[in-house]
Amino acid sequence: MAEMVSRPYEAAFEKHALANPDVLCLSADLTSSCEIDKFRDNHPDQFLSLGMAEQNMMSFAGGLGLAGYRPFIHTFGVFCYRRPYDQLMASIAYPRRKVRIMGFLPGITTPGGMTHQAIEDISVMRSMPNMTILETGDATEVESICAAADSIDGPVYCRVLRGQVPRLFDTPIVVGQMREVSMGDDILIVTAGITTEEAMRATKALKGAGVLVRHLHLNTIKPFDKVTMLDHIHSVKGGVITLENHVTEGGIGSLMAEIMADNGVGKKLKRLGLNDTYAHGGSRAYLMRYYGLDALALTQGIEDLMGEKLGITEQDLAQVRVDAVHSLAKAEGL
Amino acid sequence: MKNEKSTEDIALGIRRRVFEHAMRNNGGYLSQACSAAEQLAWLYNEELNLGAPTLPMIPELFAGVPHADNPGYHTGAGYNGPFEADLDRLFIAPAHYALVAYATLIEVGRMAPEGLEMFNKDGSSVEMIGAEHSPGMEVHNGTLGIGLSTAAGLAWGRQKRGETGKTWVYMSDGEVQEGQTWEAIQCCAHHHIDSVKAIMDVNRQQCDGAMDSVMEVGDIRAKMEQFGAVVAECDAHDLGAMRDAAKTPHVGKPLIILAHSNPFHAMPILEERFPRLHYVRFESEDERARMNISIADALGVAPIDYEGAR
Repeated sequence: MAEMVSRPYEAAFEKHALANPDVLCLSADLTSSCEIDKFRDNHPDQFLSLGMAEQNMMSFAGGLGLAGYRPFIHTFGVFCYRRPYDQLMASIAYPRRKVRIMGFLPGITTPGGMTHQAIEDISVMRSMPNMTILETGDATEVESICAAADSIDGPVYCRVLRGQVPRLFDTPIVVGQMREVSMGDDILIVTAGITTEEAMRATKALKGAGVLVRHLHLNTIKPFDKVTMLDHIHSVKGGVITLENHVTEGGIGSLMAEIMADNGVGKKLKRLGLNDTYAHGGSRAYLMRYYGLDALALTQGIEDLMGEKLGITEQDLAQVRVDAVHSLAKAEGL
Repeated sequence: MKNEKSTEDIALGIRRRVFEHAMRNNGGYLSQACSAAEQLAWLYNEELNLGAPTLPMIPELFAGVPHADNPGYHTGAGYNGPFEADLDRLFIAPAHYALVAYATLIEVGRMAPEGLEMFNKDGSSVEMIGAEHSPGMEVHNGTLGIGLSTAAGLAWGRQKRGETGKTWVYMSDGEVQEGQTWEAIQCCAHHHIDSVKAIMDVNRQQCDGAMDSVMEVGDIRAKMEQFGAVVAECDAHDLGAMRDAAKTPHVGKPLIILAHSNPFHAMPILEERFPRLHYVRFESEDERARMNISIADALGVAPIDYEGAR
């Protein structure tokens, strides 16, 4: 069973900020929700409360960038781009300010429903020139997200996991480098964020059914290493399947479609995610099942892709556990 | 760097340049020159503490937008001098005033007159709506309402670093219809950002016409004070009053000067166009000719020979 890490962002941000005096901690009235309440209390000189006023916060952060600071904006992902889209574009993205936007509660990781679920953020950010997009999929990636984001010469949007986060990997994010989780050659699975753990569960059940998948985990969504991805696409005999905590338009499914079409790859692509729909409020497990974002949805998607039944049931997947990180190190390192 | 001309002469020169430009181009942001000339002349000639310009007197052509592949990119802020701890910064929040701002740069010797001839020409950096790379601009402010927030962030950062320079914002009154303006004022007050100073052209006009007909905004002064600003008021065409307003103490709070202006000041014939003053496009050759004679007379110059101009 994977180790569960409690509030990995909290200590990681503090460590990074204290080592970098030009890093500022900005919050928009969601300080404890974004695990920076202790930072606020312990380091008030490096903390700025900007209240429930995201439009001002975005332009203000752009101004801080002009003054040579590197503000880390903390709020829920939705509040980073829906209301203050114009300010995000004009004050941060266009001028390439070194603003690090930490978007918590990506996709359906919140019971807060439509208003709190950032389900199209990657699509929005991918179409924004100058924006870099990173996504965390486990505790180690959350622990390394601050340093990774702060290494970017320009603005960065990060999908950050909070609370109890499983540890799946034991090496930090290397910006631009995808993780090779499994290296089979039947089907290519591409995941990011919380869907990676689902794919790891499915991988074991699929192996039992005789399907060896190649599973890639993305922590850098923009810019993207298309050359390496194309090699992986060519390396599998069958098709490609994506599973994302996001709508199926504009995210990693679309990214794969673009790479395949641009290069004339004649393989099938199946894109799983929120299929042109909003979600509602509920537990993560319930929502992942309801909207087809879990391991079972993935195995069924692979059945569709292969045109054959594999006989994998929900019970089979429930029995599959993701091992603790150190037993996975080999799979990752190959 | 102070100019040797009087501020009055600079304001007149701004109007003359904008008038000539509008005549040659069959229209332009004439009314903004009427309302704003003294304010911009006063900022550049008296109030702002700026260094010598760092960019060529004749503006460079457009050289690309900010991008990882465009390492030579720079903004137009160099026309306001270098960034130094003790020097001031200026944001022109309503980028639609760009024509007037460019005319000001010429009048105070920071840009060559040729710069205005590049206005709104393809491939030029002297854009109609001031862009980051346009002379005298440091950020994009074409979406109205974002200027004060940007200034607040910069000013907070400069205060934290112990810099003594001020961060000035030139604002327009229409911007108070945007919620972000109020977010910015409350933020300045909450964080005691008192190195932010703004002067607002209160001409009570906006794109659709008179503000009261578009969206009533009530008592701007009272609202700003409630949100935490110190507010001073003056006649936008009375330089003495403007100087006094700027001396208003504002410890721990931003200062906003409401400069009440006349949108046809020094060009009274423009009143014929009220309330469509945002962009004056001449509606007939007759109107163009009448305005040419009338405004030229009011500004003490000969009518513009615009035959052959576009």
